[in-house]
Amino acid sequence: MDIASYFNYWIVIVLMMLGFYIVIARGNLVKKLIGLNIFQTSVFILYISAGKVSDGAAPILTEGVSVYSNPLPHVLILTAIVVGIATTAVGLALVARIHEAYGTVEESQILEQDNAC
Amino acid sequence: MAGGNLLLASLAVAPVAIAGILCLRNRPNAREAVSIGASLLLLGISVAVYRALQAGDSPQWHSGELLPGLRIALSVEPLGALFALVASFLWLVTVVYAVGYMRGHNEQHQARFYAFFALSIGCVMGVAFAANLFTLFLFYELLSLSTWPLVVHAGTDEARHGGRVYLGILLTTSILFFLPAIILTWWTSGTLAFTPGGVFPPDVSPLLLSVLLLLFVFGVGKAAIMPFHRWLPAAMVAPTPVSALLHAVAVVKAGVFSVVKIGVYIFGLDQLAAVDSRDWLLYLAGFTLLAASIVALRQDNLKARLAYSTVSQLAYITLGVLLAVPDGVVGSGMHIAMHAFGKITLFFCAGAILVATHKTRVSQLGGLGRQMPFTMGAFLVASLCIVGLPPTGGTWSKWYLMLGTLDAGAWPLAFALILSSLLSIVYLTMIPVRAFSTFEGDAAAVEEGGIREAPLACCLAIGVTGAGCIALFFFPQPLYELVAGVPLWGRR
Amino acid sequence: MLSHLPILPVLLPLLGAPICALLRKPVAAWLFACTVALLTFAAAIALLAQTWQQGVLSYALGGWAAPWGIEYRIDLLNGLVLTLVSGMASAVLLGGRASIWRETPEEKRSLFLVAFLLCLAGLQGIAATGDAFNLFVFLEISSLSTYALVATGRDRRALVAAYNYLIMGTIGATFILIGIGFIYMLTGTLNMMDLAQRLPALTESRTAFAGFVFIIVGVCLKLALFPLHLWLPGAYTHASSMVTVFLAATATKVALYVLIRFSFSVFRLEFSTLALPLETVFLTLGIVAVFAGSLVAIYQPDLKRGLAYSSVAQIGYMVIGVGVGTVIGLQAALVHLFNHALMKGALFMALAAVVYRVGDGKFSSLRGIGREMPLTCACMLLGGLSLIGVPGTAGFISKWYLVVAVADREQWVLVALILAGSLLTAVYIWRLVETVYLGVPGPRQVPDSPAGRAEAPPGLLAVSVVLALANVYFGFDTRLPVEAASGAAESLFAAGQP
Repeated sequence: MDIASYFNYWIVIVLMMLGFYIVIARGNLVKKLIGLNIFQTSVFILYISAGKVSDGAAPILTEGVSVYSNPLPHVLILTAIVVGIATTAVGLALVARIHEAYGTVEESQILEQDNAC
Repeated sequence: MAGGNLLLASLAVAPVAIAGILCLRNRPNAREAVSIGASLLLLGISVAVYRALQAGDSPQWHSGELLPGLRIALSVEPLGALFALVASFLWLVTVVYAVGYMRGHNEQHQARFYAFFALSIGCVMGVAFAANLFTLFLFYELLSLSTWPLVVHAGTDEARHGGRVYLGILLTTSILFFLPAIILTWWTSGTLAFTPGGVFPPDVSPLLLSVLLLLFVFGVGKAAIMPFHRWLPAAMVAPTPVSALLHAVAVVKAGVFSVVKIGVYIFGLDQLAAVDSRDWLLYLAGFTLLAASIVALRQDNLKARLAYSTVSQLAYITLGVLLAVPDGVVGSGMHIAMHAFGKITLFFCAGAILVATHKTRVSQLGGLGRQMPFTMGAFLVASLCIVGLPPTGGTWSKWYLMLGTLDAGAWPLAFALILSSLLSIVYLTMIPVRAFSTFEGDAAAVEEGGIREAPLACCLAIGVTGAGCIALFFFPQPLYELVAGVPLWGRR
Repeated sequence: MLSHLPILPVLLPLLGAPICALLRKPVAAWLFACTVALLTFAAAIALLAQTWQQGVLSYALGGWAAPWGIEYRIDLLNGLVLTLVSGMASAVLLGGRASIWRETPEEKRSLFLVAFLLCLAGLQGIAATGDAFNLFVFLEISSLSTYALVATGRDRRALVAAYNYLIMGTIGATFILIGIGFIYMLTGTLNMMDLAQRLPALTESRTAFAGFVFIIVGVCLKLALFPLHLWLPGAYTHASSMVTVFLAATATKVALYVLIRFSFSVFRLEFSTLALPLETVFLTLGIVAVFAGSLVAIYQPDLKRGLAYSSVAQIGYMVIGVGVGTVIGLQAALVHLFNHALMKGALFMALAAVVYRVGDGKFSSLRGIGREMPLTCACMLLGGLSLIGVPGTAGFISKWYLVVAVADREQWVLVALILAGSLLTAVYIWRLVETVYLGVPGPRQVPDSPAGRAEAPPGLLAVSVVLALANVYFGFDTRLPVEAASGAAESLFAAGQP
C-alpha cells in the first residue's frame, strides 16, 4: 500500500481543492467558472480511476482477455462531462450578459454598482 | 339532527349577513336592516337552542376528521347556551346602538365595520358551542383576527399601535401557551372533548397538570390575567360600539368562558382542586382584580377606566372557577352574564357622552347629569351592577363568588373581593354621583342648553341593557338554574 | 399505454420542450406548454391514484430490468411530489400568462416556456427515478433551466443572482456526484433499492460515511438549508414573478424529497450509526434556519425578498421534521412540504398580481393596495394566515403535526422554539397586512396603472384564488396530504425493517 499507487486520487484531491479555492477566492466571474471546471474535472478523474481494474484491459471483448476494466463509470462520466459543458455554457452566457449590463466581470465592482442604486 | 342544524345555522348567520352587508355596502339603510335582521335571527336561534337544552335535548354536530381523532364538533351545554344567549341578545342591542353611534359620529367604512362585527359574532357562536378544545381554539383564534380590523378601524397611527398590542398579546399567548397546552392535553389524554369531570387519567403526573394549568390560564390571553392584560386598554382605540360589544361581551367573555370550560370540562373540579399551581394562580387572580381596580382609579380617560374595570371583573370570573367549588362556578357563570349587561351599558353611556358632547375624560363629566340625565341614570344603575349592589343583577353573581371563596376557605381572597368592590364604588359609582351633584368649579363646565341626549337609537340601547341589569336582580332564577345545571362531576 | 404511465410525467415535458421551441408564436407556444403541463398533471394524478391502490409501481426504462437498467419507481412519496410539482406548473402556466408577457420581451417568450418545461421535466425526473445517477442528471437538467429562468428577470441583478445560483448549484450537484461515486465504488450499483440492500452491511465503512455526507451537503445546498441558503433570496427576489412562484412552490420541495429519499430509503438512517449526529445537525440547523430566516424576513424592505427569507425559515421546519427521525416526524415534514407549496404558491401568486399592477414588490409600493385590489389581497392574506399557522388553514395542520412529533420525543425546548418561530412569522405577515390595508398609497411607479379599484388580470387572479382557497380547504379536509404522507412515511420506515 504505497502512497504512489494512490497517485490518481492525490491528483483528484489536489485538483478538487484548487478548483474549489478558485471558486471561493476569485472575484472575477470568468475565473470562478474556470475554477468550477477544474473542480468538476477532478470528479471525472475520480470516477474514471474507480473504474480501472488492476491489469484489466479496455472493455472490448477479445480473445485471451478475461479481466476488463469497468466500463460503467466511463459512460456515467461522459454524461457528467456533457452536463459540465452545458453548465459552463450557461455560465459563460450569463457572464457575457452581466458584462453587457454592468460593464465589468469583477464581483466587487458589480456589488458596488448594485449598492449605488 | 335538527338540533345539529340549529348549531350550524348559528355559524352560518354571520357569513350570510356579511354577504348581504357587502352587497348593499352603498345603501346604509338596507345594510343596517340586514345587520339587525341577522342579529334577530341569531337571537332566535340561540333561544331555540336554549329551549332544546331545557327540553333535555342536546343538539350536536361534527365534521369529518381533520386529523385522526380530531373533528370540528359543536354541542350545547348550559354554559355555552348562556354565553350564546347573552352574546346574541347584546349583539342585537349593539347593532341598534351602532346605527345611532356610527351615523352620529360620522365614521368611515361603515360596511366594513358591520361585516367584521358580524364575523366576530359568528366566531363567538363557535366558541360558545365548541364541543372540544380544538374547535374552541379554532374560533378563539378567528375571533382575535376578525376583531383586529375593528380595533384599527380609525386607521390612525394610534389605532395601528393599539392594534399591534392587541393582536401581539393575544396571538403570543395563544400560540406560545394555549396551543402547546392543547397539544399536551391531546398527547396526555388522547382526547380534546369537553367531558364532565375532566379528561385526564388519574395517574397523570402532578407536575404536568400544574404546567398545563399555567399554560391554559396564561394562554387564554383574552381572560386578561395580569401580566397579559395590556391588550384590553390598548383595544380601546376602537369605536365605542366595538369596545362595548367586543370588549365587554364577546372577546373578553370568550376568554373567561374558555377558562371556565377548561376548568370544568378538561380538568374537572376534583382534579383542579388538587393541582399545585392552582393556589398560585388564585392569588395571581386576586392580585389582578385588586391591582386593576387601583389602576382604574387613576385613569382619567373614561374608556380606559372601564377597560381596567373589565380586567378586574374578569379576574373575578377566573378566580371563581379556580376555586374549584360549585358555588364558585355558579358565581363565575352568572357573572359572565351580569358583567356583560353592566359593562355594555357603561360603554354605551361612554359612547353616548362622546357623541353628544365629545367628552372622553372623567374629569369633564361633573354636572353632566343635568344635560344627559337618562344616560347618567343608566350609568349609575350599571355601575351598581358591576359593584354588585341591589337592585341590580350583579348582586347575585358577587354573592355566589363570595360564597365560593368562603366555601374554599380562602379568607384572604374573600377580603380581596370586598376591597375591590369598594374600590369599584369609588371609581365607577362616583362618576354619575358627581355628574348629578354639580360641585364647585365644575359648574362652569356645564353648558347651558337643557337636556341634550345622544341619538334615539343610542338611548334605546342604553335603556334596554340598563333595564336588563335591574331585571336580572328580580328574575335571576332562569339564569341560576341554567348555570347550576352545569355537569360538574363525571361518573364517579 | 397504461403500463408506461410511470414514465409519462417525465417524458411529456421533456419531449414537449423541443417541440415548444419550434413554435415561434408565443401564444401557440403557451397553449402547447399548458397542454403539456396539464397532461403531465393528469398523468401524475393517475399515478398517485394507482400507487394509492396498488402500492409501489416499478418501470424498467427501455425494458432493461433493474438493477442494470434504469428503474422508475413510484411510491406514495414521489407520487405526491409528482402531483404537487406538475399541479403547480399547470397553475403557473395557465394563470401566469399575463405576468410572463409583461415581464418577458416578445421574442423570448417561447424560449421562456421551453426552459420552463425543461425545468418541469427535470424536477419530475428527480422525483420519479429510482436510479442515483439518473437523479443527478435530472437534477442538472432542472438546475440549468432554472438558471436560465432566473436570468429572465427584468432587473440586471437577476443575472448576478442567476450566476450565483449557478455557482452554488453546480457545487451542490458536484458534491452529490462525488457522493454517488463513493457509494458506487463501495457497492457497485446505482439502483436505489439495490443500494438500500447493500449499504446496511457497510455502515461502518468510512467511504459510505463520506459518500453520504457529500450527498447530504450537496442536497442541502439545493434545498437552501441554512447556512447554505445564500443563493435563494437573490434568485427568488430577482427572478420574474412566475418563476418565483414555481421555484418557491416546487424546487426546494423536490430537494427535500431527495434528502428524505437518500436519508431514509437509501441509507436507512434509522439503522445506521450515522443517525445520531445527523439528527442533531438537522434539528439544530432547522431551528437556526427558522429563526435566522424569520428575523431577516422581518426587516426586508421588499416583500418578495421577505417571502424568500421566509422560505428559508419554512425549509427549517421541514428539516426539523426530518431530523426528529420518527415516522410521525417524517410525516410532519411531508405534510408541511405539501402545505408550504400551497402557502407560498398563493402568496407569491398574489404578489405577482400586485407586481403586475404596481411594478415592484417593495413595501412602499404596496401601501393601501388592499383597497384597490381587495380580492388579490384577500388571497395574500389567506396565504399569510396559513403561513402563520392559524387554525382553519393548511399551515395549522403542518404545525400541529410538527409539534406533536417533537413533543413525542419529549423535546420541550424545541416545541417552544418552533412555536416562537411562528410568532416571528406573524410579525412579518402582519407588517404586510398593515401595509396593504392601512397604508396610505403613495405615487405609483407604473404610469399606465389605472386608478381606483382594479384587480389583476383574470388568469392571475383565478389562480391566486384557487391556491388561497386550497389553503383553507386543506386546513379542513386533510385526507390527501396527511394520508399520503403517513403512507409514505410508514413505507419508508417499513421498507427498512430487517
